[in-house]
Amino acid sequence: MAGTYRIGNAGRLTPARTARFTFDGKHYTGLEGDTLASALLANGIHLVGRSFKYHRPRGILSAGAEEPNALVSVERDAARRTPNVRATVQELYDGLAANSQNRWPSLAFDVGAVNDLASPFFSAGFYYKTFMWPKSAWKSFYEPNIRSAAGLGVSPDQPDPDHYSSRFAHCDVLVVGGGAAGLTAAVAAAQAGASVILCDEQAEFGGALHFEKGAQIDGQDGWSWAQATAAKLAAMPNVRLLPRTTAFGYYAQNFVALTERATDHLASPDRTAPRERLWQVRAKRVVIATGAIERHMVFADNDRPGIMLASAARTYLNHYGVAVGRNVAVYTANDSAYFAAIDLKKAGVNVAAIIDVRDAPSGAAVDEARSLGIEILPGRAVVKANGKLRVSSVMVEPKTGGASRTIECDALLVSAGWTPSVHLFSQSRGKVAFDADTQRFLPGTYAQDCVSVGACAGTDGLEATIAEAIQAGSDAAGKPGKTLKITIKAQEGWTGGMLGAAPGPGTTVKAFIDFQNDVTAKDIRQAVHEGMRSIEHVKRFTTNGMATDQGKTSNMHGLAIAAETLSKPIPQVGLTTFRAPYTPVTFGAIVNHARGNLFDPTRKTPIHPWAEAHGAVFEDVGQWKRAWYFPEAGEDMHKAVDRECVTVRKAAGMFDASTLGKIEVVGPDAAKFMELLYTNPWEKLEPGRCRYGIMLREDGFIYDDGVVGRLAPDRFHVTTTTGGAPRVMNHMEDYLQTEFPHLNVWLTSITEQWAVIAVQGPNSRDIIAPLLEGIDLSDEGMPHMSVREGKICGVPTRLFRMSFTGDRGFEVNVPADYGQSVWEALWAEGRKYGACAYGTEAMHVLRAEKGYIIVGQDTDGTVTCNDAGLDWAIGKKKTDFVGIRGMKRPDLVAPGRKQLVGLLTKDPKIVLEEGAQIVADANQPVPMKMIGHVTSSYWSENCGRSIALALVAGGRDRMGQTLFVPMPKGVIEVEIGSTVFFDEKGERLNG
Amino acid sequence: MRKYSAFAIAREAMRGHKGWEQQWRSPEPKASYDVIIVGAGGHGLATAYYLAKEHGITNVAVLDKGWLGGGNTGRNTTIIRSNYLYDESAGIYDHALKLWDGLSQDLNYNVMYSPRGVMMLAHNVHDVQVLKRHVHANRLNGIDNEWLTPEEAKEFCPPLNISRNARYPVVGATLQRRGGTARHDAVAWGYARGADARGVDIIQNCEVTGIRRSPEGHVLGVETSRGFIGAKKVGVVAAGHTSVLMEMAGVRMPLESYPLQALVSEPIKPIFPCVVMSNTVHAYISQSDKGELVIGAGTDQYTSYSQTGGLHIINHTLDAICEMFPIFTRMKMLRSWGGIVDVTPDRSPILAKTPVKGLYVNCGWGTGGFKATPGSGNVFAHTIARDEPHPINAPFTLERFRTGRLIDEAAAAAVAH
Amino acid sequence: MLLIRCPYCEEELPELEFRNAGEAHVVRSSHLADVSDQDFEEFFFIRTNPKGIIYERWRHIHGCARFFNAVRDTVSDKFLMTYKAGEPKPLLVSEPAKTAPAKPKAAAKPRSRKGDA
Repeated sequence: MAGTYRIGNAGRLTPARTARFTFDGKHYTGLEGDTLASALLANGIHLVGRSFKYHRPRGILSAGAEEPNALVSVERDAARRTPNVRATVQELYDGLAANSQNRWPSLAFDVGAVNDLASPFFSAGFYYKTFMWPKSAWKSFYEPNIRSAAGLGVSPDQPDPDHYSSRFAHCDVLVVGGGAAGLTAAVAAAQAGASVILCDEQAEFGGALHFEKGAQIDGQDGWSWAQATAAKLAAMPNVRLLPRTTAFGYYAQNFVALTERATDHLASPDRTAPRERLWQVRAKRVVIATGAIERHMVFADNDRPGIMLASAARTYLNHYGVAVGRNVAVYTANDSAYFAAIDLKKAGVNVAAIIDVRDAPSGAAVDEARSLGIEILPGRAVVKANGKLRVSSVMVEPKTGGASRTIECDALLVSAGWTPSVHLFSQSRGKVAFDADTQRFLPGTYAQDCVSVGACAGTDGLEATIAEAIQAGSDAAGKPGKTLKITIKAQEGWTGGMLGAAPGPGTTVKAFIDFQNDVTAKDIRQAVHEGMRSIEHVKRFTTNGMATDQGKTSNMHGLAIAAETLSKPIPQVGLTTFRAPYTPVTFGAIVNHARGNLFDPTRKTPIHPWAEAHGAVFEDVGQWKRAWYFPEAGEDMHKAVDRECVTVRKAAGMFDASTLGKIEVVGPDAAKFMELLYTNPWEKLEPGRCRYGIMLREDGFIYDDGVVGRLAPDRFHVTTTTGGAPRVMNHMEDYLQTEFPHLNVWLTSITEQWAVIAVQGPNSRDIIAPLLEGIDLSDEGMPHMSVREGKICGVPTRLFRMSFTGDRGFEVNVPADYGQSVWEALWAEGRKYGACAYGTEAMHVLRAEKGYIIVGQDTDGTVTCNDAGLDWAIGKKKTDFVGIRGMKRPDLVAPGRKQLVGLLTKDPKIVLEEGAQIVADANQPVPMKMIGHVTSSYWSENCGRSIALALVAGGRDRMGQTLFVPMPKGVIEVEIGSTVFFDEKGERLNG
Repeated sequence: MRKYSAFAIAREAMRGHKGWEQQWRSPEPKASYDVIIVGAGGHGLATAYYLAKEHGITNVAVLDKGWLGGGNTGRNTTIIRSNYLYDESAGIYDHALKLWDGLSQDLNYNVMYSPRGVMMLAHNVHDVQVLKRHVHANRLNGIDNEWLTPEEAKEFCPPLNISRNARYPVVGATLQRRGGTARHDAVAWGYARGADARGVDIIQNCEVTGIRRSPEGHVLGVETSRGFIGAKKVGVVAAGHTSVLMEMAGVRMPLESYPLQALVSEPIKPIFPCVVMSNTVHAYISQSDKGELVIGAGTDQYTSYSQTGGLHIINHTLDAICEMFPIFTRMKMLRSWGGIVDVTPDRSPILAKTPVKGLYVNCGWGTGGFKATPGSGNVFAHTIARDEPHPINAPFTLERFRTGRLIDEAAAAAVAH
Repeated sequence: MLLIRCPYCEEELPELEFRNAGEAHVVRSSHLADVSDQDFEEFFFIRTNPKGIIYERWRHIHGCARFFNAVRDTVSDKFLMTYKAGEPKPLLVSEPAKTAPAKPKAAAKPRSRKGDA
C-alpha cells in the first residue's frame, strides 16, 4: 500500500502502479494518478510549507488550484527547477523530487519562525511606519533583510532546456470547466453540430464529481458518467478536449488564452514534446462552467497543518483513497462539509465531531451524519486550534459564550461555504452583482458573448445545473440539436455558509484570511481603522488576496470583515477587479517559440553567405545582419577599417548595400507624388538621372533620405535608409491612400527584390565594365548621379552611378537571386584591380570624410534641413510638400539652433567619442551649458587624423572657433570647420 | 499627526494596534476651497502636500472619482531615474530624484525609495551612440550615469545574458546608481497622510463632471457627483483622463490615452538586484521587496480608456525578458493589469498654466510619470500658488506645440522614458 | 487582441494584421503652407482623445494594405463599424453632441509606444 493513510477500498486509483518520490530528500511511495499532495497525505504528511511573513508551519488546505499553502519546488534536474508549484496540482510521477520552501534550516525547525513570535510588531503595513532611521540604513540594512526574508521559492539559475509551444484555435463554443455543467454544455453544443473546445485544469474531467459521491446521472454514479461523457466527446470529430488546461485570461472579443500542461506529469517526458502549450482561442461563444471554490473558516490559529477544506478531504478520500487523518473533526457553516464527515465515517475513519456555527442545521446530510452516530455540535464555534506542526485538538465554545470543550483530532475539515468562480466572467468585463440572500457575487451584466452555468453562476443542485447547461450548450451552438436528456437520480443538496470571521474570542488572535500572505482578520480591521475605506486600499495595505493564489479562498472573507468594520453593506465596499491570469502562468508558455533566433526574425542579404565565408564580422542593424568589417589575418577592427578605407580610395572597394530600402513609385502622377513627399523638385528631373531626396515629417523634421533614380517619366526607383524602409513605405501609402488619393500612383516595396552591390573607388568603372551589356559607362554616357537599365553577367540590372564615398562609384542592382553570383563575378574582376570588400564601418568613415550625413545618427528627429545644411534640397518654388508648414514654425526658424558642422581635434590623434557634449567654456561649474554634441567621429586613415561631425548651436557662425569637449579624463580642444574633410572640391567623383 | 516610528509600532504592538490614527480623513466636501486638485494620484496628492507645506495654502481639496492612488500611481512599475538627455528633462527628473532621497523622512512614511541602480542596455552600435550621448550630457549636468561593459553589466546584474550569440547581444549598458524603485502605494498614502495632516481634504468617490467658469472665463469651481464645489484655482492632474476633464473647460489637448500593461511574477527569493531597461528589445524589469519580478510592457497601439490590453503585448514583453534573462522561462506570471497613460506628441509632460484663468494642468507623463512624482508635485504647487511656473517646469508649456519648441527625448534618443 | 473588420477585405481579422493610424477626419489643409501656427497646432498636435466614441484610422498593413476608418468605443474597445477611407463620417445616434468637426484624416504622427515607467 502506497502510504499508511491509503484506504483499501476507497478512491479510484487502484489498480495503479506505485511511484516513488522524495520530499525534502526523504523517500516516499505514492500511486500514479496521485497529486503530490495526495501522495504526501497518504504518507501522513501535512506539514509542507512555511508562510510568507511569519514563517508559520503550513499544511495542505485544498485539493486544487486555489491552494495557498502547499507550494513546493519541483526539481527534475539542475536546470529544471520550478519554484512555487502547488502540490495539489502537481501530478505525481515516478522519481519526482520536491522540496519545501521559505524555511531554514529545515521545514520542521525554521529560524524564520521567530517572526511569528515578533508578529505583534509586524502588523499590517508596519513597514510603512518604520525603517526610516537612520536614512542610509534602508538601503544597506533594512531592505536587504526584508528582501531575503520575503519571497517564496528560489528562482531557477540556469537557462531552461525545455521548450514550449503555441496554438491558435477557433471554435463555435469554448467551454471552460469540465465538471457536470461543462461536460453537459459541451455535449449539447457538439450534438447540435457546433465545433467545441472543452478545457479543464485537472487531469481528468469531472470537476466536483471528483468528490461528490452522491450524484447519480443517467443511471451511473457521477464520476462514471463524467468519464463516459468525456469519452463520448472525445470521439466526436467536432470536439477538442483539453485536460490539464487552464483558461487563464479572457480578453476582448471572446479571445481566451489557455495553458496546457503537456508533460509536467510524466516521469520521462519525450524531450521533443513541449512542456506547456499556449492556446489562443477565438470563440463565437464561451460557456463558463468554472464551478465554485470552498472557503475556510476564520478562527484563531486556523492555519495549523491538518486543517483543510472539507471538500478537499473528500477529494482525497473519494478520488485518491487517502484519509487525511485517523480522528477527524469538522467545523462548518454549511451542509456540504457533512458529506465529508459521512464519507470518512463510512470509510472507517473516526469523526470526532461536527461543529456547526448554525443553531439548527437540518436536512438530509445532517440526518445521515447523525444516524451514523457522528456527534453534531450546533451553535458552537471553534475558538482555537492547538498543535504546532499538526493540529492536535480544537477548543469549542458555544457561540453565545460558555464552557469550552477541547476535542482531540488530527485533522479538522472546514467549510464556510462556496464562492462562485466569477473570475473569467469578471475578466470578460462583465459586471458582478451581489446576491444578498446567498451572500455571494454572481454574474450580473454580461459584456461579451458568453454565459455562466452551474455553480459559478450561483446555480445550486445538479439537476438545475444540468438543465441550465443543456440550454446554454444548445443556445451556444445557435441551433437546437438532438434533444439532450440527462436524468438525475440523486444529488447532494447544500445550503448555508458564512462570510468573515467566525464567532470567537476577541480580536487579538491570529485568525487567518489569506494564509500565504499571513493576513489575519485583525489586519483587515486595523486597515479600516487606519482609514482604508476602499477594498482596494484594504487589499494593498494588508496584501490580502495578493499571494500566488490571488485570494481564491480569502477575498470574500476579507471583504466581509472590512464591510462589517465599516458598517457598510458588502457591495458598497466593493469587490476587487479580477485580472488575468486566473492561476499563475509560466513565462515560457507565453513566450513559447520566440526564443533565441526565433525571438525576432533575422534578415540577411543574398550576399551574406559570401561575407560570412570571407570572415566578415557582422553588426545588428534593426533586424538585419550587416557585414561590419572584413578583418584579414592579424587585423583588429581598427586595422581592418583603415585598410578598407584606404583601399577604396586608392583602388576600389565592394560593399553590400542590399539592406537599403527600395520603393518603386510608378504611375502617370509619380512625379507629382514625389513632389509632395520629398522636399526636392522632381518634375524636371530627366529620366536616367538621380537626385538625393529628403523626406520630412509633417512637423518639418528630417524623416528619411536617399538617392532616387528616375527610370522613366512615370517610374521612380526610390531608396531609403536601411532602418527607415518600412516606415517610409507606410508614410507614403498613408498620404497616397488618404491625402492624395486623386494621384494615379502605385507603390511597391522592392527592398527584397534587388540585391545592391556598391562598387566604389577610382577603379570601379574598370571593374564593372567587362560584365556589363548595353550601358555606356563613359562620363558623357553615364555622368555622376545617373541611372541606366541593362544587363550585367547576363542578368537585368539597374545601374546607378552614385557615390557615398566621394570617389567614382556605382551601385549595381540585380535581382536578389543573382546577388551572390554577380557579387562573385565582380569580386573576381575587382581582385584584378586591387579592390577590397568593405563593411558598414568603413562605409561610415568614408562618407564622414565627405560630410555625407546618416539620418538617425547625424540627425535625430529634431533636426531640420537647415540644421543639417541641406536647405539646397528644398524646392523653393513648391507650394506644398509634407513638412512645408511644420518647418516654418517659430522655433524651427529661430536663430541659435544646432547646426551640423565639422570638428577637428586640436590633437589629430584624439578620436572623440560619439555622443560627447560640447561646451564653449570648459571652466564653468557643473551643470555646464552644453551647446552641442558629436554625432559622428572616426579615425580617418585617408586624412591621417581624426574627424568628427557635430551638431552645435549656431554652428555655421562659429567656423574656426575653438570649443571644448570635457571628458572624465580631461578636456579635449576642438575646432569648428567644414563638414567636408577630404577632396573638398569633389574632383574624385570623376577621378 | 502622530509620528510613525519603531517606538510607535512597539507601543501599538502592546495594545493590539488599536491606537493608530486614521491615515487620512474621509471628509465631506466644503462649499469651496482656495485650490481644488482633480485627481488623487501621486502627482495630485504631492501637489496638495507641497501647496500646504511650502506655500501655506491649506484650504485645498483633492478630488478623485475612485480611490486615492488607484490610477497609474498604483499600476506602474515604479522605476525611478533621472538620466535624461535634455537639460529640461534632466532638470525636472533630477529635482524629483533629490526629493525621493529623503522623502520617507520628510513624509514620516516609508516610501521604500531604493536606489539600487537603473541599468539601460545597448544592443547595437546605434544604442551605444545614443546611450553614450546620455552619459556625457548627464555628466555635464551633474547627474550620475556611467558606462558599463557587458561584463560589468553582468557583474551588476548576474541574471543578465551577455552571450555574444544572443539574438540581440548586450554590447554595453549605462548605470544610474541613484536610480531605483519605490513602493508606489506608500507614495500615494504618504502624501495623502501628509496633506491631510496639514488640513487638505481628500475626497474620494467624487467624480468631476464639469468645470464652471465665470462669464469672463475665470474658473469658479467644479461640478461633481457630490454637487458643485467652488474653487479659486483648479489643478487638473488626471493622467489618462486629462483630455476629458480639460474638454469640460473648453481646452483641447495635445494628448492621446493608451493602455499600458504591466505584470508581476510569483515571489521568489532575491535574484534580481537592480532595475534593467532595454529599449531595443522592449523590456523593463526589477524585483520588488516582496520578491515578485515586476515587468513593464509596452502600450497597445490604439487609444483606450478600458484599462485592459491585449495578451500579445504581454507576450512580446515576456519574449524580451526571457531573451535577456533566459533563467526566467520557468517563472510564472502572477498578475497583470493595465493603466491609461496620456501621451503628448513629444513624450514630455505638460505642467503649466492654461488659456483658462485659474486652471492649471499637469499631464502627459506617458509611461514614465511615477519617477517624477515628488518633483512634479513640488513645482506644480509652485505654479498654482504663484500663478507662474517654477523655472524647472517653465519649459513644459502647452504653447510649445505651437512654437515647435518641443522637448523630444524619444525622437532625440530613441529611448523610451 | 481586437478583431477588426476590414471594409475592403470584408472580413474580421485579428489586430496583429492591422496598424492603428490615429484619429480620423482630421483635415490636412489644401493650402497648408499658409495656415497659422495655431491652425497647424490644431491639425498636427491636438487630438480629441474621447472617452467613448472615437473615429480612428487603421491600416490593414499585413493584409490588403489599405487604410480605412473605424468607429470604436474607447471604454469597451468595441467596434461599432468600419468604413472605407474617403467615405463620409457616419453619424451615430449614440454619439455625444460635442465631437470634433468632421475631418478626413490624421497625418502620420510617429509616436513612441514604448513602456517603462
